[in-house]
Amino acid sequence: MTSHSGYTLHHPQWLRRRVSTWWWLSRWRYFKFILREITSVFVAAAVVLLLLYVAALRRGPDALIAFQSWLSRPPILAASAVVFFFTLIHSITWFNLAPKAMKVRLGNIPVPPALIAAGHYFAWLVISLALAWIILTGG
Amino acid sequence: MDSPAHDVLILGGGGAGLRAAIAVAQSAPELRVAVLSKVYPMRSHTVSAEGGAAGVVAKDDSLDEHAYDTISGGDWLCDQDAVESFVRAAPQELTQLEHWGCPWSRDASGHIAVRAFGGMRKMRTWFAADKTGFHLLHTLFQTTLQYDSIHRYDEWFATRLLIDDGRVQGVVAIDASTGRIQAITAHAVILCTGGCGRVFPFTTNANIKNGDGMSLAWRAGAPLKDMEFVQYHPTGLPFTGILITEAARAEGGYLINKDGYRYLQDYDLGTPQLKPVLRSMELGPRDRLSQAFVHEQAKGRTIPSPHGDIVHLDLRHLGEDVINARLPFIRELCLKYQNLDPVTELIPVRPVVHYMMGGVHTNNEGATPLPGLYAAGEVACVSINGANRLGSNSLPELLVFGARAGLAAADYARSAHPPSDHVEAQAADEIRRLHTLLHRKGGRRIADIRVRMQSAMESGAGIFRDAKTLCDAANEIAELQSADVSLDDHSLTFNTEWIAALELSFMLDVAQAIVHSALSREESRGAHQRTDFPARDDSRYLAHTLIYHRHGDAPRVDYLPVTITRWPPGQRVYGR
Amino acid sequence: MPELVNLEVFRYSPEHTPEPRFQKFQVPYNKEWVVLDALNYIKDRTDGSLSFRWSCRMGICGSCGVLINGEPKLSCATFLPSKSSKPIRIEPLRHFPVIRDLIVHIGDFMTKLKKVKPWIIRTNESPLSEGEFLQTPDEMERYHQFSHCINCMLCYAACPIYGLDPLFAGPAAIALAQRYNNDSRDQGAARRMPILSSHDGIWACTFVGECTQVCPKHVDPAAAIQQYKLTAALHSLKSVIAPRGAA
Ligand SMILES: Cc1cc2nc3c(=O)[nH]c(=O)nc-3n(C[C@H](O)[C@H](O)[C@H](O)COP(=O)(O)OP(=O)(O)OC[C@H]3O[C@@H](n4cnc5c(N)ncnc54)[C@H](O)[C@@H]3O)c2cc1C
Ligand code: SF4
Ligand code: FES
Repeated sequence: MTSHSGYTLHHPQWLRRRVSTWWWLSRWRYFKFILREITSVFVAAAVVLLLLYVAALRRGPDALIAFQSWLSRPPILAASAVVFFFTLIHSITWFNLAPKAMKVRLGNIPVPPALIAAGHYFAWLVISLALAWIILTGG
Repeated sequence: MDSPAHDVLILGGGGAGLRAAIAVAQSAPELRVAVLSKVYPMRSHTVSAEGGAAGVVAKDDSLDEHAYDTISGGDWLCDQDAVESFVRAAPQELTQLEHWGCPWSRDASGHIAVRAFGGMRKMRTWFAADKTGFHLLHTLFQTTLQYDSIHRYDEWFATRLLIDDGRVQGVVAIDASTGRIQAITAHAVILCTGGCGRVFPFTTNANIKNGDGMSLAWRAGAPLKDMEFVQYHPTGLPFTGILITEAARAEGGYLINKDGYRYLQDYDLGTPQLKPVLRSMELGPRDRLSQAFVHEQAKGRTIPSPHGDIVHLDLRHLGEDVINARLPFIRELCLKYQNLDPVTELIPVRPVVHYMMGGVHTNNEGATPLPGLYAAGEVACVSINGANRLGSNSLPELLVFGARAGLAAADYARSAHPPSDHVEAQAADEIRRLHTLLHRKGGRRIADIRVRMQSAMESGAGIFRDAKTLCDAANEIAELQSADVSLDDHSLTFNTEWIAALELSFMLDVAQAIVHSALSREESRGAHQRTDFPARDDSRYLAHTLIYHRHGDAPRVDYLPVTITRWPPGQRVYGR
Repeated sequence: MPELVNLEVFRYSPEHTPEPRFQKFQVPYNKEWVVLDALNYIKDRTDGSLSFRWSCRMGICGSCGVLINGEPKLSCATFLPSKSSKPIRIEPLRHFPVIRDLIVHIGDFMTKLKKVKPWIIRTNESPLSEGEFLQTPDEMERYHQFSHCINCMLCYAACPIYGLDPLFAGPAAIALAQRYNNDSRDQGAARRMPILSSHDGIWACTFVGECTQVCPKHVDPAAAIQQYKLTAALHSLKSVIAPRGAA
């Protein structure tokens, strides 16, 4: 029996390969996945913005005006646009995945995935319109 | 040695082996049972069974009819007491499987649905779409996982039965992943190692079906029974040998020759109807359909192809919906492996070696003549299949007899003696033999010998045989048996070549048993068609062939009368 | 001269080739051949030591998974590409330890499979004499897809989460658990919950979706996992709102 350094008779010597740090670059689909994951950072950013807004609201009208004027500075506006853009992407990819998680049945008939996704988009639209209505008429 | 490693050791993790393991675990939880298999159990070849499993459930059906179909299908070579107890137990076993979760196809009310099958006069074949074996095996495997008393040796290869003191006491096996060779002792051993289709070149059988268990038992002194009866399935895809299940014909498929003519009508199998008629035409028994193909070929009415002559299976008139609902796997296989869509195209098919009716001789409880040795499934011959198995009888067979062999072995194990001392010496011998083989150089390649064996079997012991072709095959096999193989691979870690060499020697044994059994039976019956003895001869051969191994000599053949209970031998009538 | 196909096959043998490498082989091109046929051609004629698993050659036993040009595939269900100028690269499945050449160790999956209890669990037994459990085709439809798993491990090789976190139960095991959860005959969902909803169960999954992409049997394990996330989330919500009532 030829014996090799490291090999002991009858003892398995499995080769364990490491996952490369750059695994997500190896396939387009992995890359898309990482993109989707990264967009969640922007969702968080949107939430932070909202919280800042609420905080300013609590501190009174002056703080609010100061905050709003800060918001309308071009670099912040640009940043907000970016945040909005990625939040949009995140929501869309998220809604597209929704039918996978939800198997809805009406009576005994399974609802087709496209319809479930459509339902999500519809709800999104309704809520957005409602918000827009509150903001535009009430504000 | 005081106590063996296991009470019951099961070789093989296919349908039969797993059913046996559950039977032991449920009936005798205190017994240590083990399943040793050369592949992970869920890879066993039961996984590829497509069509279904027969068991009487319909109101208009009866056990006697199932028994009669089986017996006449087997050309009266079945033991009728075995058949009677088999048909009685089959529905129960299939229901048991349902309780374990098998997704049997249902009718709209939620009851089990049944379909027609070849040679059966009633619809009684339970099915899980056309992946019956797959669902059956995975259900059984997943069910075994709940029993902690079942130990598994996954990817271990058994090379020899340990036998001393007149009883089987365990096996020697190689752990593939490390190459360690070990004696595994047990009070009782159950062989569930499946069939041997790989002895032939063109087969539906997986790479692992090499007749290992048949050879193990044979070398240990147990007789093999009815080995001349090899089933050709009429519809395999050319080149790959992938099976197109009989269910395709049961759903209404036609077999047509080069003129688009349903040629079976010329072979006393009935007259063609638009809808399938039970026990008629395309739903005749497999032996008759495969033989009809050869006759068509002789008349020049088959179609040449690069992989031998073919005829066509026509499913187009069934429509896409029926094909998708009832034969989805067939469509997938045609698309993936033959590049054609059965919804719009004809499927090329030819007869293909499919099943071994013969096997290790057992009684109705799965016991072989060797104390401590049991067998069930395709490796065994009880016999309920006689000279020709009916499609969909094999899956229920492995459940019924797997369970019985499990119970019988458990009973035996409770009162067995501890292993005797000689067993260790035997194991040491075997280890030496295996190591010698591992280091062998300078002989012939495994593949060369295998190919020669396979072509000898095809030309010598095919659908039609005679004394001359069989003698030629016998000589060729004998020569191959004495040839030295050499290995490229001398390592211990997962050495698949080493295992292939051992499988080859098992196959050569089985080939020898087939050829000599066939030579000795001078009549034609079921799947054994001798052109030099074209008629059935009940006066001489209403009997099972028992063939015994003789070291370095031609095997010895003996006969055992068939058990007849209520159905005296008669004519096999189909389509009338 | 018949057309030839070039293959680059991963070799590793702890005894003889402890440093893994790729070995080049040439096989004749044959339009009916799948990659497995090419491997067998090599094994039969040129190098009997090339090691790989296979059995059924009809895509149902699940033995023959490898990476073909980086993609997890069944070698018996992948035709040889014709006229490919680049060699075809064949490697063992990713994320599993390699025992030898193309053979990987899947013991980890076997352990996890058992842990998710993939069998019918009943709280009330009913005797066989009462016949089968009724199950309408529609009830069957709810789990049927998940029952088609052949345990081929392609999804594990595709899942980066499994690569990074070997404790993750993984796509097939979860799909098989969900196969029983969704089965009208089963009453064991509660017993599977602790394992499934643990950190290494469904929550490790970040929904890459690759498992579903590579699955040769359209099991859609990603759907099984996402479905279960919803179930588990609703369950914990219920147990907060109605701690006793939530069963
Ligand atoms: C394509 C196809 C379709 C079929 N369709 C149907 C059908 O529709 N209906 C029907 O009734 N029948 C059908 N059959 C027949 C039926 O499937 C088989 O007869 C049956 O599955 C055999 O089961 P088994 O448990 O005896 O063996 P297998 O399932 O073949 O299992 C054999 C086991 O033994 C193990 N083993 C073998 N040798 C060794 C060794 N040396 N050491 C360790 N382990 C070993 C293997 O690893 C395996 O686990 C079909 C057969 C084929 C090939
Ligand atoms: S889920 Fe699909 S890819 Fe994963 S093991 Fe099962 S069959 Fe293979
Ligand atoms: S060999 Fe069985 S799945 Fe490929």
